[in-house]
Amino acid sequence: MESQRVRPNADPPVTYTQEAILEGFKAIPELLARDAALIARGRWLDVDCLLGPTTQPFHVAIRAGQIVDMTPAPVLMRSWRFAYRATPAAFAAYWQAMPPAGWHDLLALTKRGQASLEGDLHPFMAHLQYFKDLLALPRQSGFGGAS
Amino acid sequence: MSGFIEPIVGRYVHVEIDGEINRIYFEENGSGIPLVCLHTAGSDARQWRHLLADEEFTKNFRVIAFDMPWHGKSNPPDSQYGGEYRLTSASYTATIRAFCKALKLERPVVMGCSIGGRIVLNLAIEHAREFRALIGLESADFQQPWYDTAWLNRPDIHGGEVCAALVSGLIAPNGPEASRNETLWGYKQGGPGIFKGDLYFYRVDGDLRGRTSAIDVGQCPLYLLTGEYDFSCTPEDTLRTAAGIPGARVTVMERLGHFPMSENPAQFRRYIVPVLQDIIDKQNS
Repeated sequence: MESQRVRPNADPPVTYTQEAILEGFKAIPELLARDAALIARGRWLDVDCLLGPTTQPFHVAIRAGQIVDMTPAPVLMRSWRFAYRATPAAFAAYWQAMPPAGWHDLLALTKRGQASLEGDLHPFMAHLQYFKDLLALPRQSGFGGAS
Repeated sequence: MSGFIEPIVGRYVHVEIDGEINRIYFEENGSGIPLVCLHTAGSDARQWRHLLADEEFTKNFRVIAFDMPWHGKSNPPDSQYGGEYRLTSASYTATIRAFCKALKLERPVVMGCSIGGRIVLNLAIEHAREFRALIGLESADFQQPWYDTAWLNRPDIHGGEVCAALVSGLIAPNGPEASRNETLWGYKQGGPGIFKGDLYFYRVDGDLRGRTSAIDVGQCPLYLLTGEYDFSCTPEDTLRTAAGIPGARVTVMERLGHFPMSENPAQFRRYIVPVLQDIIDKQNS
């Protein structure tokens, strides 16, 4: 075998602070409110789900594609339909302007064991691009700088 | 420029596959060494339009890309409407060989991507003498599944949207936006259950682990190129596969994902130029 280049294995690939990840996640509702195209993509979506870092997930209520409530978990007896939780390292990498390979997609993160997907996945799969773009919103606001 | 007509020509050829005539749509341009291009699962031959229109390639190669039956402008065979589509190693191999035979191609080069990358390995194992060279993009003997294909074809989820959304993550970030959108458009246009049926070959029937050591690159050169952002067929999958094939040429392509020829044609060109030149050099030596 002749190999021209082998990808280095960087794990975790970027530096971050827990506070920066939380602040990045908390900014998502406002970033979404400014993104008319993404709201339009989710116009048929009503769901209560659990999203965020494994260290501090949030109950997220979405109505007609808009986040109408986002509250840190746990909330006593609050239910959710599905959960997507990723390690803070995963969000830090996912939010880079040029995310490192293998850290650049929600399902790449589940494949590499950096994120978990649980519950009734129907709303997630039926609106898959919406959720990919929603959770990528901190990327466009310059989170973390260059990777 | 309004009025510009591309040099690519599209036609239909009637191809007998497993005893039935299939009306296969193909596009071609150029002259010289026949170069047959295979599209990815669930899409069609439009993925190759940049290669087809590239004068640098078409002066030495007759570049041909065809829509597999059930894909693009190649309809399902008449007898199979209503049935569940499932691609297999045998049916895929038979289709490629029948197409090449119908066009009377003399020892063509075959370049395939994704499922096309997998099947070129099978061509190398079983029919190497028929081909001048084989090129596998995003090619490996096997790769780990990362989602349940049952989500691809069910009445309560839009098939085109979910197929495109799933594969969107396989495109490298920050490539040309129009090329990304065009690549995903192909997935949004696939017939119901076709992407899923192609993945039957990829996931179930086409596992080549333990068989690729039979490949003799002395009989037919083998080139494997994989994008660094492909987390479905990862560079590690390709490198592992190549490690068991003495003489296989491997390249990991930067800033590319699972659809190099369509997601970022200019970046892909940097990597495919030396491969095609190597084939020409071998021919002339």
